[in-house]
Amino acid sequence: MKSIKNYQKALLIAFPLALSACDDDDTREVIVEVEVPAPEVVPVDVSYDVTVTNLTNGQPVSPPAVVLHTEGTLWALGDVATVSLERIAEVGDSAEFLTQGAVSAGGSGPITPGDSQTISITIQDITNAKMTIAAMLGNTNDAFSGLSAWDLSQLEVGDSWTTNSPAYDAGTEKNTETAETVPGPAGNGEGFNPTRDDTGFISMHPGVVSVDDGLTNSTLTVEHKFDNPVIRIQVTRTE
Amino acid sequence: MKRINILSAATLLALASQQSLAADITVEVQNLTHGLYFTPIAAAAHTADVSLFKVGETASTELQMMAEGGSLDGITTIASAASADMISNPAGGLLAPTMKASADLMTADDNVMLSVVAMILPSNDGFVGLDNWEIPTEAGTYTVYLNAYDAGTEANDELRGSGAPSMPGMPVPPPLEPLLGTGGSGVAGADTNATVHIHRGNIGDDSLTDGKSDVDNTVHRWLNPVAKVTVTVR
Repeated sequence: MKSIKNYQKALLIAFPLALSACDDDDTREVIVEVEVPAPEVVPVDVSYDVTVTNLTNGQPVSPPAVVLHTEGTLWALGDVATVSLERIAEVGDSAEFLTQGAVSAGGSGPITPGDSQTISITIQDITNAKMTIAAMLGNTNDAFSGLSAWDLSQLEVGDSWTTNSPAYDAGTEKNTETAETVPGPAGNGEGFNPTRDDTGFISMHPGVVSVDDGLTNSTLTVEHKFDNPVIRIQVTRTE
Repeated sequence: MKRINILSAATLLALASQQSLAADITVEVQNLTHGLYFTPIAAAAHTADVSLFKVGETASTELQMMAEGGSLDGITTIASAASADMISNPAGGLLAPTMKASADLMTADDNVMLSVVAMILPSNDGFVGLDNWEIPTEAGTYTVYLNAYDAGTEANDELRGSGAPSMPGMPVPPPLEPLLGTGGSGVAGADTNATVHIHRGNIGDDSLTDGKSDVDNTVHRWLNPVAKVTVTVR
């Protein structure tokens, strides 16, 4: 920003010190112009606490990636997943996803079923940013949940907003559910694989089948099945 | 916050809506699923005393035609008889997974309710539905998420078969032809609930040549919601 000089006018009134003289000329007005520096524009922090709760029975949720951005979407149903989203959906690695947007914050670790985690994120001066969240359901091939470009302008300081999010399918890896392809503890298999062999588009997730429900080669059991919604997201604007 | 403005606007609109004015809207339907196709979509604006289907009630034969075979002939008949304004087949055929289709609709006075139906494939008598959603009178964009329903008119055997009403099995149009198995023994008999109800989902199996179902259990299952309807009111 350009430095703008402010001029402040000070009106100084000099009173006569001598009490003895009582002529009209004894009181004089003097106008003095004083140059003062422009006030520094201090950036205002706009902060949010994002609490993610795992609603599933047996799906660890990978450390959520929270990104604030000012335009567009980082993922959307019907779109082709970016590689950075694929890395979250296939192995829970959010490092690349978090390089996007104006500011970002990642979770501290996986969220186990029933557990919650709060992530704080701060952006300066902007109150109408969009919030995008993504986190993997660990015992799947490429399921994730989150939020896409939610408009934060409706939150005043102290306001909270809560939503329940469904499971999405990144469309980048077939839902074979084999131990070799499920990176979570139910499989300990391969994580990210750049080869794409599924629909190619982000969609709602059809759910996991599991060996108990007719998929012979699945490493998953009925413990890992889920229904929508799979996570709860609470956003609170703190400053 | 704009609460006061919204309230006062709502009051004005409530007054305006009593006049049941004609509306200029766009209806967009997106298939949210991973592996289901929608048959030609019908979206109708109609009066409040008409329904294309009602949960908990027996499906009409016209709805049955749509839910078992994807035909809009019966739905069109109902809509015409009710002087409804109808969008028919905006996708020009099947709506593939995650794809969208939309069309504009000028609604006549008193046609203040919107209903949407389309069969889901593969299924015996599954359909995506919106029943009597009141079209907002305030200009804006509105989003509704839809669930999958079972018409309750046909056994969910999940076997290749017919799309004709009251004939068993699932119709299998070209895009599904290479994806479905054969030789299944049949999953289920007649529905316990013979009224329109929330679909229990496909079971499927992991064999393309035998097993109980001709449906692929890793591709053709779903979790609700299955469709997103975006209505723009001008």
